[in-house]
Amino acid sequence: MAVVPATLARRAMQPAAALRGASLAYLGVMVVVPMLAMTWQAVEPGPRAFWAAVSEPYAWHALKLTFVTAFIMVLVGAVTGTATAWVLVRYEFPGRNLVNALIDLPFAVPTVVTGVMLVALYGPESVVGAIAGKAGWKVIYDQPGIILALLFVTYPFVIRSVQPVLLSLDRAEEEAAATLGAGPFTTFLRVTLPTLWPSILTGSALSFSRALGEYGSVVMVAGNQPLLTKTAPIYVFGEIESGNRHGALAVSAVLLASSLLILVVLNALQRRGEVRDAS
Amino acid sequence: MRADEGDGADAGASPTEPDRPTLARAVDLPLEGRDAPSSWGRRLLIGAVLLWFAALILIPGLALARQAFAGGARPLIAALAEPGVQRAFAMSLGITLVATLVNTVFGIAMALVLVRQRFFGRSLVDGVVDMPFAVSPIVAGLMLIVLYGPDSAIGGWLESRGFQVAYALPGMILATMFVTVPFVVRELVPILREMGEEYEQAAHTLGAGRWRTFRSVTLPSIRWGVAYGVTLTVARCLGEFGAVLVVSGNVIGRTQTATLYIAEGIESFHPEGAYAASLVLAASSFLLLVGMDLLRARLERTREVEP
Amino acid sequence: MSELRDLDLGARPAQGHPRLASRPSLSYHRGTWLAPRREAAAGTGDEEKAVAIEVRGLSKKYGAFQAVDGVSFEVQAGQLVALLGPSGSGKSTILRTIAGLETADSGSVMLTGEDATALPVQQRGVGFVFQHYALFRHMTVRDNIGFGLKIRKVPKDEIRRRVDELLDLIQLGGYANRYPSQLSGGQRQRVALARALAPRPKVLLLDEPFGALDAKVRDELRTWLRRLHDEVHVTSLFVTHDQREAFEVSDQIVVLADGKVQQIGPPQALYERPANPFVAGFLGAINVLPLRSLKAGSIGRGPETWLDQPPADHAEAYVRPHDLDVFAERDGKPYWPARVERITPLGSVVRLDLRIAPDHPLHIELPRNRSLGVGFAPGDEVYVSPRHLNVYDRAQNSFQPVDVHRAMGLALQEGAGI
Repeated sequence: MAVVPATLARRAMQPAAALRGASLAYLGVMVVVPMLAMTWQAVEPGPRAFWAAVSEPYAWHALKLTFVTAFIMVLVGAVTGTATAWVLVRYEFPGRNLVNALIDLPFAVPTVVTGVMLVALYGPESVVGAIAGKAGWKVIYDQPGIILALLFVTYPFVIRSVQPVLLSLDRAEEEAAATLGAGPFTTFLRVTLPTLWPSILTGSALSFSRALGEYGSVVMVAGNQPLLTKTAPIYVFGEIESGNRHGALAVSAVLLASSLLILVVLNALQRRGEVRDAS
Repeated sequence: MRADEGDGADAGASPTEPDRPTLARAVDLPLEGRDAPSSWGRRLLIGAVLLWFAALILIPGLALARQAFAGGARPLIAALAEPGVQRAFAMSLGITLVATLVNTVFGIAMALVLVRQRFFGRSLVDGVVDMPFAVSPIVAGLMLIVLYGPDSAIGGWLESRGFQVAYALPGMILATMFVTVPFVVRELVPILREMGEEYEQAAHTLGAGRWRTFRSVTLPSIRWGVAYGVTLTVARCLGEFGAVLVVSGNVIGRTQTATLYIAEGIESFHPEGAYAASLVLAASSFLLLVGMDLLRARLERTREVEP
Repeated sequence: MSELRDLDLGARPAQGHPRLASRPSLSYHRGTWLAPRREAAAGTGDEEKAVAIEVRGLSKKYGAFQAVDGVSFEVQAGQLVALLGPSGSGKSTILRTIAGLETADSGSVMLTGEDATALPVQQRGVGFVFQHYALFRHMTVRDNIGFGLKIRKVPKDEIRRRVDELLDLIQLGGYANRYPSQLSGGQRQRVALARALAPRPKVLLLDEPFGALDAKVRDELRTWLRRLHDEVHVTSLFVTHDQREAFEVSDQIVVLADGKVQQIGPPQALYERPANPFVAGFLGAINVLPLRSLKAGSIGRGPETWLDQPPADHAEAYVRPHDLDVFAERDGKPYWPARVERITPLGSVVRLDLRIAPDHPLHIELPRNRSLGVGFAPGDEVYVSPRHLNVYDRAQNSFQPVDVHRAMGLALQEGAGI
């Protein structure tokens, strides 16, 4: 019995261990316990009930909509993001520094405010929205609005991921291709793009993960009609409000698992890439 | 000018932090190696990129300003003077203050532990720190409801003592803290790693104790990183919506933050206050962005001074 | 500039070289690749030698900085020539301009007799080797080497054959499917060389090809490059700041400083007969001593009689450290009296630091066996005699080399007293 206080005393005397203990405890209480608690409650009723909650038509549609819009957003964002990074790094033009500084704005602007902005510009009562409406396009309060909002909130990811790679890229590789007879387009396709792929993929994966969970901006622009514009996070919130705890938990678990999976795979890919590029 | 000789150009492939799938940081654009836009193809590409930027980021911001000023400045000020708006902003600021303070202290401690200590499960902890980035704000709120809600074990026990977490201010603070856990840590880990242990060891050999070393060696070297992380945290705290929405219960006036106020205003079709509040939040996030930009320049400079 | 005499300006451009002149820039020829170059190097006769690279009046400014200032030179077909100069001398810019990676403000570049000044880099048909290899890191060694051929739409099996041939040449036969990150620095540079050679370039340009390697690998690769060149005979121009490298590898050296050509010639000629103090100092350690204080020995006449023109009063003697002897006693040769300050054994040689006058330090290197018996100690008064020196007249900016023994011999024959 006398051993225990002695070890405790020694432990307490080690500031390093104390610091570690305190940080890990905070992280555990703040992050790990809530995640485990939620996961546990989501799977506790058994796989059949879980599947029933997820495959319920409203839930299923919400999940499908979330993944499809996120996917479309990633396709657009990868191209525009790479192009933006390229233009910012390689070309000189007026306003370049301003644009570069404002790239991060979506990280700083509250998501709700993002939604309000987009409605103010593209909503049915605005000039742009009215013109688009006459042409038969509905952007806000429809699925394109969701993609627009996702594009806004994920705007910096691909750019900020590709930019440093482009900057540190050895121009000599492109020059080597040129001396070997390759024209600018061939050089970009065969030499530059393969080097950029990992960073484009990283930015895209982060965008996708972020898009799966996006709520604030989407809820403002989507219109939230079930089976049309209700994304999974909106669905989860609705189910919480209406007291369907289990439905909310099941869909949440799917979202959480997908996001984590993306990040884990991404991490593994990067680690592998480092092994190959280690030189 | 192109560097003519390569002597030592290969130098310093320092063991930097592997790119983590987290926050990207703005990049300073050097003047070298740029091409002037000469061909039409280039001009077209630049034009397309600028157009996209304007349509997605710039013009929506201006549209909001126009909307908020639709009736001139006076209604805007009047809307902001309403007690509901002011209470909401006060609430947001209070929550931001608490969450930022706690997470800054934690962030510094966690980063030190992650970089300076070797222990079992370190890389797992490293991954866990990032998890809030992967969690939807709505899901984060739901987690807290599950854990601290009135029908949970902890929540029930606390409520029997007269302490309400979910659907009250403590829950909103917890939710904000949850979503901002990673920011300071992520900012400091690469800086501490790059800095290395030599400065601290030098201080130790000169007789400085741990606390003394931390205060006069470690902290000054990472202060701009801390400031950057804090700025990010503040921005996210002020803007947090989903998680706070779920745990707030949204009782009008009592548990409303600025973002909740905006959402409610828009939905209840009397949006003047919402537009005004949006403009204020957008402006403050813009200021925070400017702050981040300045801090980043600062960070790069300290990095250059201390190779 | 008078040094340009060293270059045969008389050589005519390459119409005497049907193979090179007739073929379009981007074609690819089958056949063993050693053949055309041998022919080029051996030539049909010495006077038929073709000029592979001709640079005329090249100038380039970066902002206010004149990087290249009216540079002209020629490279004979089949030669290996070094562009040697310190940092910022403009040598890399010149090389990159020849390749078409940079454009000059004025001047022209001729490649194998064709004016290439306005050609884009893709059509110049040059091979370029970068200091940091610039291998395509996502391609295997085979794909790297075959890249230029693929661009030229050479048939697949032909590419395969050619790459195999080159892999043998660079002695990396088993490495075809590796990635650049799996190779050592020396191996990467060899792959880069093979990649540049694969499309049979008209000329090979190398930008500090060994600069990124460590000393041992660098030595090996240098010898290897020289051997390779003797086999392949592709006209090569390489940039270096290392005079030893230039000496070891090249047939001719173009010395550059401040964007201008200082001197052109074979390595030994430059070493022994530098055109100006910069070349003298850049090609190896050298002592600059006042000629006036060189005392005439008892044999022959004084230094002033060695030269065709009597030296000016302020003339300086440029003497290499290994061209000096040290004696404890006067033995009749001309000498500088000096005091030993420091003796540093450096393995095969012993380095002596001496001082003639307070403001004239002097360094000497003696082979170890010769210094063994000398037995000097710091503080000793000694006599330093040159075997070979260059007399520099600042007013005329001219050097006159002097072989001291020969000069003394001549003086004796002419009857100078002992």
